[in-house]
Amino acid sequence: MPINSNIPEGQLEDKWTKYKSTIPLVNPANKRSLEILVVGSGLAGAAAATSLAELGYKVKCFCFQDSPRRAHSIAAQGGINAAKNYQNDGDSVYRLFYDTIKGGDYRAREANVYRLAEISPNIIDQCVAQGVPFAREYGGMLSNRSFGGTQVQRTFYAAGQTGQQLLLGAYSALERQVGMGSVEMLSRHEMLEVVVIEGKARGIIARNLITGELERHFGHAVLLCSGGYGNVFYLSTNAMGSNATAIWKAHKKGAYFGNPCFTQIHPTCIPVSGDHQSKLTLMSESLRNDGRIWVPAKAGDTRNPIDIPEIERDYYLERRYPAFGNLVPRDVASRAAKERCDAGFGVGNSKMAVYLDFKFNMMRYGKVEATKQGLTNAQDSEILALGKEVVKEKYGNLFDMYQQITGENPYESPMRIYPAVHYTMGGLWVDYNLMTNVPGMYALGEANFSDHGANRLGASALMQGLADGYFVIPYTIGAYLSKEIATKAISTDHEAFVDAENAVKERLTKLLSINGNKTVDHFHKRLGKVMWDKCGMARNAEGLKEAIIEIQAIRADFWSHVRVPGASDELNPELEKAGRVADFIELGELMCMDALARNESCGGHFREESQTEEGEAKRDDENYSYVAAWEYNNMNWQMQKEDLKFDNIKIAQRSYK
Amino acid sequence: MSGNMNLTLKIWRQKNTKTKGTLVDYKVKDISPDMSFLEMFDVLNEDLITKGDDPIAFDHDCREGICGMCSMHINGRPHGPKDAITTCQLHMRSFSDGDTIVVEPWRANAFPIIKDLTVDRGAFDRIIGAGGFISVNTGNAQDGNTLPIAKHDADAAFAAAACIGCGACVAACKNASAMLFVSAKVNQLAHLPQGQPERMKRVKAMVAQMDKEGFGACTNTGACSAECPKEISLVNIAAMNRDYLKANLISLED
Repeated sequence: MPINSNIPEGQLEDKWTKYKSTIPLVNPANKRSLEILVVGSGLAGAAAATSLAELGYKVKCFCFQDSPRRAHSIAAQGGINAAKNYQNDGDSVYRLFYDTIKGGDYRAREANVYRLAEISPNIIDQCVAQGVPFAREYGGMLSNRSFGGTQVQRTFYAAGQTGQQLLLGAYSALERQVGMGSVEMLSRHEMLEVVVIEGKARGIIARNLITGELERHFGHAVLLCSGGYGNVFYLSTNAMGSNATAIWKAHKKGAYFGNPCFTQIHPTCIPVSGDHQSKLTLMSESLRNDGRIWVPAKAGDTRNPIDIPEIERDYYLERRYPAFGNLVPRDVASRAAKERCDAGFGVGNSKMAVYLDFKFNMMRYGKVEATKQGLTNAQDSEILALGKEVVKEKYGNLFDMYQQITGENPYESPMRIYPAVHYTMGGLWVDYNLMTNVPGMYALGEANFSDHGANRLGASALMQGLADGYFVIPYTIGAYLSKEIATKAISTDHEAFVDAENAVKERLTKLLSINGNKTVDHFHKRLGKVMWDKCGMARNAEGLKEAIIEIQAIRADFWSHVRVPGASDELNPELEKAGRVADFIELGELMCMDALARNESCGGHFREESQTEEGEAKRDDENYSYVAAWEYNNMNWQMQKEDLKFDNIKIAQRSYK
Repeated sequence: MSGNMNLTLKIWRQKNTKTKGTLVDYKVKDISPDMSFLEMFDVLNEDLITKGDDPIAFDHDCREGICGMCSMHINGRPHGPKDAITTCQLHMRSFSDGDTIVVEPWRANAFPIIKDLTVDRGAFDRIIGAGGFISVNTGNAQDGNTLPIAKHDADAAFAAAACIGCGACVAACKNASAMLFVSAKVNQLAHLPQGQPERMKRVKAMVAQMDKEGFGACTNTGACSAECPKEISLVNIAAMNRDYLKANLISLED
């Protein structure tokens, strides 16, 4: 099937405004008989379910956790971007658009990204109206901070818990609709299959995780807002339950997968401490505002970091990228850390870490405070103590978290950090309406591929999730549903529902019956290691070819030797995990295929064969300026290309020097 | 490895809501002090699965102390021996070789046990659904800066809004009261100008739902705040009591 991105005609600045006022409407009476299923309750899912219910549609929302408030959007720390230009520092919709396209290494669609930038101010307004307690200045105005890949201050935040506050805002709005009976919320439910009838998405099969019962749910449209798939790598900053199952089932039912290999490795995470490690914890990018990253100038220097004098430190980001310094985008910062560690300059027991040091800025803040308090002859120790208080107010929860995990006090000595898998830019391919190539099936938020190209800028994920849910889908879904008003609710006795449920049942029975000698985690860890070693921060053709063979072997081994205890008619977390890992194994293979096919470096995708003499990523716009949309066919895949056109932005080699 | 620990665990096992549960003894060996408490449970579960036993069901998700899903009552304290952290942030360096650790689920009538250490906290969602929001539909908002909010108000609202809805306050309370949880949301919105129009209606509706769910009355002992992983202040309860009283004194048609 040829793909069509359905981007409206016209000038970039006018596309969305014109388009949204011409999308067919559905009258309120008809909305009441149109049913929408929303899978996932994070920023995208909660915002979509709420906004669609407010419009009058009948909405069901599903999440696998015990409450919609647990969705992993809650863990986002640093902030949310918006082109408000409150700081008078030259920000604009165009500049946010430009930064995002450039940050994504010119692998995102112009029209989608411009719309995102255009909507961004509305998101802040909406969240403020909901009672989200954003940080404020003394004058009562909203406060901003800066983030990587930009030279303006456009990031709105609530301490280091911005995702939590935004999600709780969306969750409150969602619960309001639940309380009014406009949304039926199904917690502890996991979607295990999509039902497609005559080429259109018409429902899902969900498992009630408490009773194990399989349920059939009809919908005129199905919205997948199920987040990203970073847990393919086993260790990531994702939650333990974050999974690809919903989008993978959709993919196997015909939805194309866009740019699966585009993975974001976040530069500032707490390093791995041992084999027992179950997940990695992020230290917000906002810390790079006030922290300086360094390694000892001499390889193998094992001195205590506070004993290493200034002159013997290598602030390698400031050295390599003087214009952006510590605020280079994530992919650049991650690779630079890897480069130093691989060259033997790493610190800590594992030598796979670099320092993130706050002392310099603590002194700077301390001096400002001392001046404010009229302390003219303050000692350095007094100034430092004052500075620590300022840093504590800005990042206290992050510093506490660091101390809990490592047992070290980051106020006294620098943090040790290392890159970790954080976000997946790839996801289901969608058109301008956020609809996949399967009519009636949509993907929102991290679950789709659309806005971040090959690298997402910090504070842009929250922006995209909420933009998709609050301000895009309520309009664009009309383009499809206005043609569905005559479609009566299809009985869940329809054979397509019966077949889908039987397929799920068969698979669960199979998983429980293998009764092998290896646990689900055993396979997940093996998969993760292959992915990290061969499809991680640096990739090459040979390694990727090996990875594909190794992953196929893991898959065969899984289906003959996995042990899943318990039964399917009870709460069975191992059974849930087994299904998710089985899907990760298949997705891992596709990610390696995509990485192999893209013989260029761009954003988070660094092919060792394609680099400049200075070791920077080298794009190949002539051959790879496209979105790879993969079509599934029985564990084989075919790629379609959606060419990317840049009419409003001049393509250039990305430079932060 | 040196410094690794051998421990005895007494863990609550209960097949489902309808059956009776009991404490069962388990031994774990060679536990690293750098492991988190839940990673220690992963080790135990891997062992149980390999032996053909039923692994222990427990709730957990983000493992970084923010989602509020993990919920273990450890040695008589919600989230274990340390202050201001969740179970997932508790690390084994807080224990010593040879320790016996007792792990139970949250205990409250309003939080029925689903299996082992997993409980149903749906009551919290229903309380929020009764009034823990500002009634504003998408698309109605004015510019975020047209409503200046004093920094101390924004900070106070944020401090209350930091609640993660884990239920430790209920588990810590001998009456299984949900006052701290409810008052945190009431007070967050009471601190903000946006929250004023529905302020009186909200507090009445949320308290009514709280009572309906079967949570107990406030003991005034402060165990909730002492055990709260986010250190939600008792002041919230006092403030809610004031609002609740006021709401019931002044006559409103709703």
